Order: sequence, then structure tokens, then C-alpha cells
Amino acid sequence: MLSRTAENLYWIARYMERAETMGRLLEVGARISLIPSAGHGYRSEWESLLQASGTAEGFAEKYGDPVQRNIESYLFFDRDNPSSVVSCIERARENARIVRTAISGQVWDALNTAYQEILQIERQPRSEWELTELCEWVARQSALLRGAMDATMLRNDGFFFMNLGYALERADNSARLVDVKYFVLLPSVELVGSGLDNYQWQVLLRALKALRAFHWAYGGEVTASKIIDFLILNPASPRSLMSATRKAMHHLDNLARFYGDAPGADLALLHARALVKELEQTEVAEIVDEGLHEFLTRFIGEIGQVAALVQRSYLSGEAR
Amino acid sequence: MTEYFNEMFEGREVRPPYAGLDGWMREMPAQLRAMKQAEAEALFRRIGITFAVYGEGGDPDRLIPFDMFPRVFTQKEWRRLERGIKQRARALNAFLNDVYGRGEIVRAGRIPARLVYQNAAYERAVAGFVPPRGIYSHIVGVDLVRTGPDQFFVLEDNCRTPSGVSYMLENREIMMRMFPKLFRENRIEPVDGYPEALRRTLASVAPAKCESEPSIAILTPGHFNSAYYEHSFLADLMGVELVEGADLFVEGGFCWMRTTEGPKKLDVIYRRIDDAFLDPLCFRPDSMLGVPGLMDVYRSGGVTICSAPGAGVADDKAIYTFVPEMVRFYLGEEPLLENVPTWQCAKPDDLKYVLDHLPELVVKEVHGSGGYGMLVGPKATREQIETFRIKIEDNPHNYIAQPTLALSTTPTFVEEGVAPRHVDLRPYCLVGEKIELVPGGLTRVALTEGSLVVNSSQGGGVKDTWVLAE
Repeated sequence: MLSRTAENLYWIARYMERAETMGRLLEVGARISLIPSAGHGYRSEWESLLQASGTAEGFAEKYGDPVQRNIESYLFFDRDNPSSVVSCIERARENARIVRTAISGQVWDALNTAYQEILQIERQPRSEWELTELCEWVARQSALLRGAMDATMLRNDGFFFMNLGYALERADNSARLVDVKYFVLLPSVELVGSGLDNYQWQVLLRALKALRAFHWAYGGEVTASKIIDFLILNPASPRSLMSATRKAMHHLDNLARFYGDAPGADLALLHARALVKELEQTEVAEIVDEGLHEFLTRFIGEIGQVAALVQRSYLSGEAR
Repeated sequence: MTEYFNEMFEGREVRPPYAGLDGWMREMPAQLRAMKQAEAEALFRRIGITFAVYGEGGDPDRLIPFDMFPRVFTQKEWRRLERGIKQRARALNAFLNDVYGRGEIVRAGRIPARLVYQNAAYERAVAGFVPPRGIYSHIVGVDLVRTGPDQFFVLEDNCRTPSGVSYMLENREIMMRMFPKLFRENRIEPVDGYPEALRRTLASVAPAKCESEPSIAILTPGHFNSAYYEHSFLADLMGVELVEGADLFVEGGFCWMRTTEGPKKLDVIYRRIDDAFLDPLCFRPDSMLGVPGLMDVYRSGGVTICSAPGAGVADDKAIYTFVPEMVRFYLGEEPLLENVPTWQCAKPDDLKYVLDHLPELVVKEVHGSGGYGMLVGPKATREQIETFRIKIEDNPHNYIAQPTLALSTTPTFVEEGVAPRHVDLRPYCLVGEKIELVPGGLTRVALTEGSLVVNSSQGGGVKDTWVLAE
């Protein structure tokens, strides 16, 4: 497979996962803004959402104060924002257009339909769309794409590269999502958080469509350490850092086997293995000791390192 | 008023090739038609068959309007065209072989040396080099117009990289999907053998140094190119790689693709980029699209480039007038397809005729394209004609003139129902070990009433083109 083709496939998945995360973030913001705040008016989590998505600077430059309506359009529709849902879907589709010959018809259909629909949505007047509906629409597109991949794609390097893209993007995004909330959890980690703050975490779990899963996994009260475990260490939780990193490792392993590499030849795989091993041996208390923010920052760096190694060994077309 | 040849109706009689469509047309309710038209458009968009236009604002993915009314040829009509086109493709390749070799046709005084060797498309860099099988133009697109039951004229030849073949294939797919009954009732020759025929053609010109099954790729300028869909479509149907310049590099006398498994040798490149961009070391140094060193590998027989660099010298407007001469000179045959009569302003007699008849003629620049810098006499104002007269007198070498052709019409779906619209035809001739054509081509139609301009940039659309089986 051409290195550039592999790169396009990998980025289709990264952009779609990013679009989904953005949609979920917006859902969190929309829900929280409906909750009365302690003083008067309503609570605003918009600021932290901008931070979580790494778009705070760009937004401030364009709009200044975080007004809900502006944030909504900046995160969903704005083409100046490279992480907006529209930007991500457009790029995912453009990457797919470039490598149409390397994906199945259904996968192309899923991406192209998403893009055509978003052009439709853009043409409608603002007053006609409901944010929650839009967020659900994004999640649905993402699910359709994954379903089409799963049902129709050949299990070869192209499939592995796409899944690798998904896994690395998810690992990175989940870490950022948790990071933006760390100040709510800490420093009160030993205590049971106040009702309202826990409510925010519940909203987050709900947006990740993981609230029910959380209850199944732990039951009882929602506590900081359960949440840290669920979103970071629990291998059963599909968005945890552990799951995402394991998935990345799994597909790197598939690639190494597909290409018949000598064991240990692929540096990206070695790095991912080491990272999984570290997570397996980590306890919630240790994360708290290191500092949640510090731990997550380090983790995001490690995932970035894996991505850089993938770039070097597969996507540049030179190193091998 | 000019009488135009209508390919379906002769007075009130339906001409035989269209017999199967008369009932279909009359029985289709307006509502169904609108539904089918919308369905076709949705299909085109869904499949992604769009003509990407960037940098002009608006929707970058434009659809070329598709007219559902097919254009039909009988087997007999087609056979005649086919023989004429193959003959022309052979002559053009013989000409290219000659002018990059001994230049017999110039020495014999049949074509002025100036027109060949000082032509902007003549590539000095390949003079003396003979590509595999002596073929320069592997895909020859011959643009034809019709003015009567048996009158066909060649409007121009495209020896470099004629585009549009994906429309020929997709128009058929969509028609078959929407109107299967029509295909059961009319015996229509299939066109879907084209990609395989193209692959065979390309494989048959692999370089001598290639010892195994040749590896083939299409070289595209990239996804911003307006014809990118076609590039990826053909790569897919042929089962070959679609590469950009940056995916390739040159080493040890061969051309290599960068792949996830390391370098992979490439033997045949079907390039969809111009000569000037192929190799920055040989042509334009500022080109980002090409592969440095590619021409050296090409000239040492490490890789075949299709069409061969330099093939463009055979298809410009000044050379065009000599194609019938080429047929006689190289093949010893009389040309089966006529050229549009052309006056060359460089010749004093022709110049006099042109200046005396400007209001009836179409005057074109020798190197112009896309309808720019031309005068359409019957549609021009007196003032425009006089301005052009001065230009021609100033530099007669730069102009040729042709009569305004009465292009044939075929029935076309328009707002009010069905009406005649002017059409042309581009079949695609493949030249490799064999010379072959799939029975069909791309019919372009001028959708605006009275318009003779079929270019998609000026309101032109496309039609499915049928050749009826015997």
C-alpha cells in the first residue's frame, strides 16, 4: 500500500473520532447550561469545553467573550476552527475522496453522505436546528462509518491503519476530556464531591453514553476514584485510556504481522506495549499522587510519541 | 436559417436507430421524468462523480448536467467511425515516431519544418528516443461532429491525456440502473470493457527492462485537480495504484513508489499531468507535481510514460490540418474521416478568402484552447469583426479559419419536454499491442437552446451514447 494511502486512511478515522468527541463535548455543554448555578442564572461550562477541545485561543481571537451561541457555531460549524465538527467531517471526507479506491463503497457512502448532509444542515436557518439533535447526528454518522468499516472492509493493512487512527485519536481525546475536569475532582479526591460537581461528571458520562455502563461496572455512589478508574484504567470501559491504548497496540500488532516484521522491529508497537503495561500496573491512588493533570499530560505526550513512530515507520515511506 | 440534421427525426419520421426510444419518450409521464432526473443527480452526487472546481467560490463539487435521453448510433454508422478513428490514431503515432526520429515527412516537404520543430509542444528532450513499440499516444481522443446522415468531421485530436471517459462509463451505469427495460428492449453494445482494455494497453508497452508482470500506476496532480474523480475511478477499475509525484522517487535507473512496505518498482505510468510538470530537473524547475530524475529513467528504458512526453506536437490546431496528409504519407490510404475545411491565414490565398468572408467563419488562434481568443463570425458584431480583421492582418501566422458547422441535434430533455439540442462526440481509441475502441464514447450536449458550445464550462451536459448491436 502507498504510504500516502495509509496516511489518508489513518486520518479519515482520526478526523471522524475527533468530530464525534466534539459533538459529545457540545452535548455536555448544552446540558450543563440548563442547570441553575449556585448564585443566579445558569452554570457555564463553555470555557472549560473550549479548553478541552484546544480551541480556546482561536475562539478568543474570533469572538472574545464566550457567549453560548458563538461557542456552538464555533465548535460545530466554523471552518476557521480546524477542530469543528464541520471541519473534521469535511477533512475526513476529503481524505476518503483521495483514497476512494482503498475503501469499500459503503465506507465511502457513509462519509460522503455525512458530508452531503452537513451541507444541507448548513443551509438551514440557525433557528431551525437544535444542538442536541446535531450532536446525536454526529454520533450516528460516526457509528454508521464504524459499522460500514466493520461489515465491509477487508481485514488488511488499510483496515488496521484506520483502526489505529481511531484508537490513537480516542486515547488522546479521552485524556483531554478527563483533564479538563480534573479541577472538579481534585483536590477533594478523598472526599465525596459535592452533589453538583458529581452532577457534572454524570453529565460527562451521559454524553459519552457511558452512564449506564458506569453503574453496571461499579454500582453505588459516583465517586472520584471510581470515575478515574472508569475513564482511565478500566479495560472494560470502551473509552478508557486503557481500552484505547490496547486497541492501538492490537492494530500495530496486526500491522507488524501483516507485513511479516521481525519481532521487536516496530518501534511504535514497542512503545504502545510499554504504555499498556504501565497502565496495567497503575492504581488510582498513584495517579492521584502524581497529580491527575500531570499524569494526563504525560499520557498525552506518550500517545503523541506512538503517533510519531507510526508516522516514521509506515507513513513516510522511507524508514523501512 | 440553417437547417440542422436531427439524429432522431427526419421530418415526422423516426430514424431507425431511435425507433426503440420513441415510445419510451412518449410514454414517460412528466412526473416520472422529474423523479428519474432527481434520482440520477442523487446517484451522481452519492457516488461522488463531480467535477471539482476550486478557487471560484460556490460548491466545489459541481455536477456536469446529465441528460437522460440517449444518443444512438447504428452498428453500421459506428463501424465506419471506428475504422476512421483507428486509421487516424495510427497516422498520428506514425507522425510522432517520425518527427522524433528522421523527420521524413518534413524532408518530403509535406509539413513545414517550422510547424513541427518550433512548436511549443515539441520536446527536444526526447528527440531520438523511441518509446516501447514506437507508440507515443496510447489514448487518442478524437472529437467528432456530425452535420448529416453520413457527414462526420473531426474537430480536433487529443493525443495527450483526453479526459471524460469516466462519464462515458458512469452515464451507462446510471442509465442501466434507472431504465433496465430500455436495455432489455434495445440491444446495446457494452462499454464496461474499457478499463480492462486500458490496463492491457498499458501493460503491453512495459519497458524492455521489466521482466515480470508490469506494475502500473496513474500519476495524478492530486485531489484538487478537477478530473481527480476520473483518475481514482480508473485506477480502481483497473486495479492499479493512484500516485502523486511525491509518492515516487528515482533510484538506480528505476522509478519507485513509497509504500508501507518500503519501495516498490513501477514500470508503466499513465500520467494525467502535463509534460512540463513531469520532471523538475528536465522541464519546469518549479514544478511540485513531478518526480526529479524521471525523464532520465524514461530515456534509459526504466519506465514507460503514457502518453509519451512530446506527444502533444501531434494535436495542435496548425498540425491538425495536416492529419489527412499524414494518413496518405504514412499509411498510403485515403483518410476515412474528414477534417473540417480549414483556411490557414499564413497562406496568402487563404488569407484573402478569410478576410473576405469573416462574417461566415469561425477564426481561431493556432495555440488557443477552451474557446478563448476566437471569433464566431455569425454571432459577432460588426465592430468585433473589424477588430479581429486588424489582428489577423497583423499576424496571419497566428490564425486559422473554419466554416461555421451546422452541428447535428439529438432530442434532449428540457424544461418544456423534449427538444433538439446540438451534440458532439468523443470516442477513446486505445493504442498498444492492439488498436481498439469500445463501442461508444462521450456525447456532450449544448443544453442552451441554439447554442453550439458543448463545453461543460459553458452550460454543456453529457449523454449516454449507444451503439446498437447488429
